[in-house]
Amino acid sequence: MKKELTRQQYLDLYYYMRLNRAVEEMMVKLFRQNKIVGGLYSSLGQEAISVGTAYALEKKDWLAPMIRNIGALLVKGVRPRDVFMQHMAKYDSPTKGKDGTSHFGDLDNLHIVSPISMLGDLIPVMTGVAMAGRYLGQRIVAMTWIGDGGSSTGVFHEGLNFAAVQKAPFVLILENNLWAYSTPVRKQVPLENLADRAKAYGIESYIVDGNNVLAMYSTAKEAVEQARAGEGPILIEAKTFRRMGHAQHDPAEYVPKEMRAYWEARDPIALYEKFLTGENLLDAKGRKEIEEKINTLLAKERDFAENSPLPPPEFAETGVYCTGDDCHKIRAKWERPIAEVTPPRSSVEAVWTVPGFGSGKGSGGAHAPIHFGDTQPAETKPAEAGKSAVQAPAKAAAKKTVKAVPASASRKARR
Amino acid sequence: MPGTNGSAPSGTQVTFLEAIKQAMFEEMERDPAVILMGEDVGVYGGAFKTSEGILERFGWERVIDTPISESAMIGAACGMSYLGLRPIVEMQFIDFIVCAFNQITNFVAKGHYLWNAPAPMVVRGPSGGGVHGGPFHSANPEMYFVHTPGLKVIYPSTPYDAKGLLKAAVRDNNPVLFFEHKFLYRRIKGELPAGDYTVPIGKAVVRRQGKHLTIISYAAMTHTSLEAGEALAKEGIEAEVVDLRTLLPLDEETILNSVKKTNKCLVVHEDTKTGGIAGEIAAILCEKAFGDLDGPLMRVTSLDTPVPYAPTLEEYFLPNAKKIFSAAKELARY
Ligand SMILES: Cc1ncc(C[n+]2csc(CCOP(=O)(O)OP(=O)(O)O)c2C)c(N)n1
Ligand SMILES: [Mg+2]
Repeated sequence: MKKELTRQQYLDLYYYMRLNRAVEEMMVKLFRQNKIVGGLYSSLGQEAISVGTAYALEKKDWLAPMIRNIGALLVKGVRPRDVFMQHMAKYDSPTKGKDGTSHFGDLDNLHIVSPISMLGDLIPVMTGVAMAGRYLGQRIVAMTWIGDGGSSTGVFHEGLNFAAVQKAPFVLILENNLWAYSTPVRKQVPLENLADRAKAYGIESYIVDGNNVLAMYSTAKEAVEQARAGEGPILIEAKTFRRMGHAQHDPAEYVPKEMRAYWEARDPIALYEKFLTGENLLDAKGRKEIEEKINTLLAKERDFAENSPLPPPEFAETGVYCTGDDCHKIRAKWERPIAEVTPPRSSVEAVWTVPGFGSGKGSGGAHAPIHFGDTQPAETKPAEAGKSAVQAPAKAAAKKTVKAVPASASRKARR
Repeated sequence: MPGTNGSAPSGTQVTFLEAIKQAMFEEMERDPAVILMGEDVGVYGGAFKTSEGILERFGWERVIDTPISESAMIGAACGMSYLGLRPIVEMQFIDFIVCAFNQITNFVAKGHYLWNAPAPMVVRGPSGGGVHGGPFHSANPEMYFVHTPGLKVIYPSTPYDAKGLLKAAVRDNNPVLFFEHKFLYRRIKGELPAGDYTVPIGKAVVRRQGKHLTIISYAAMTHTSLEAGEALAKEGIEAEVVDLRTLLPLDEETILNSVKKTNKCLVVHEDTKTGGIAGEIAAILCEKAFGDLDGPLMRVTSLDTPVPYAPTLEEYFLPNAKKIFSAAKELARY
């Protein structure tokens, strides 16, 4: 990151974190009114992760949320009403009542892949998205999230390994909130830092203070740029804490009181407010305006959601199969000459020839072989100097952020 | 085997394996969105050489040798399909498809229903027994997937169908599982038409006309059933042999038409008995042709055991023409 954020960007991050929290607070009310059909999950205290990382993506990039990433969806452009309606199983919801929570996507416009409950499954899927985007010359980056618990699934490892050998432009955010349901991270993973998972796959990783939105954003931004430049997948471990139970039903009595108190004192929104105020980016009036904007928006969105009907019963029987062109016209969006991947040119060399792609450091410049077995150049990575510790976020948010970002907020995990 | 669908075959005799290879070559030639992924499919040309020469023709971006990670490659194929690619994923042996069971049944299969996301992709690989591959290289896992709405499941018996159905599978907007019986790879030859053609997914075919009973089968057992059909004919029993070709969606119409004509039905499959497609066909006949049945639905299938290794054991385990012959004779007596 060369330049610091604009005033608008600083305020965007704030707005989306507030929106994220307000959407979830409203859903808690709806839940208590029995208007939510299934379970309700919370990302209280983790908003900086969803918002900061998704904000680092471009419009054309792809993301796939997990259950605690409503903030990422909002940043990507999902309307709060869609989130409400998903939870309320309404017919106007993106899945028209066929699935709930943040299990929905949008292939055509927002470039969102729907998650499924099975933890880790998105990792190879988003690797495939990243590979396809590269193949088509689109220069996109794919991003998804996983929990500390989900990082022990087989598919996490298969997926990350595959992404690594393919040097897929893929960024994985590992939200280490210290708990997987009732199981503490110590019982799940014999590692101090889950970022160390990356070592097994020879990929870059970062450790970030997950409650610091600027650190999250700037690290994600750097990772996204690296991935886009063809340097391969990146793992970012965000250290944070799950402030609510696993879901609404769970009082989380297994969480030690001191642990909760420690993290409650480090609320990401409160921390960021302090920073913004200190930098004269936000005052009481500005704050009030944002609050009112959100309240007005959400009241409207909730009304819309409440007025939407449940799906008609027979709808259950529709849509198992795509019935052809009337249903979906499937076409790849080529942003490179097709001649490069069709014979005879396709067979000539084992290299990527997308102009400007793969020109990141370590790749030997554009048009150079960046991977694929025996064509891979002996790649010597520069020493990690200059990429350690505070520098990433400090650079990103310029000197201003140093005050708000604790010295240990973000550091490059040693490889 | 004669060509099907009335099209007069022209061109040369090719093996089942060659037919598969031709289908992949031609589809990759036709559409740059088609790519091939799997273990050892590139440099080596596939464990059975089904993709020999494809890397040389289409290059590294389109022919991807993967790590041994079935979930990763199938998950990635699904992600690729969301951007409009049409990946073909090879399972080195179809036995390994269950390593990606979750990706297929939960992620790939449910996407269109749940969030309107079609996943045009094909998972294909060598399946079936009779070659002494033992318990982990002989599987017929089709029914795990026939029980999964959202998938299509194909299991052809001839080179003509293999090529035409694989092309249809690549062009289909849904995830298709394509089982290739490895016993047939080099043993069965057929003539293929010179030009492009597809065989429709979801359509069975009558391989042998008959009036006394219907034998319903698919894949390698189609040939075994036909062999039994010839032996039965010598005894004056004319068996009609139906080749299902596609198991999901199942062609009920062809099944019902044949059984309504012959009034008797024997189902033959190499898959094990319990939970095999025979049970499903029995239910369909009870629901829709109960009054037409002059005898019980009978089945000749593999035993309800894992596939054993020793030739003596495997032969005992598998259906064969003799077993079909005696079951058919018994059924004909009703
Ligand atoms: C493969 C799989 N097994 C079990 C579950 C049930 N489950 C849902 S969330 C969860 C805990 C997840 O913990 P973590 O990955 O740390 O995410 P967090 O809830 O902390 O955000 C479990 C066990 C699941 N969804 N997927
Ligand atoms: Mg957790």
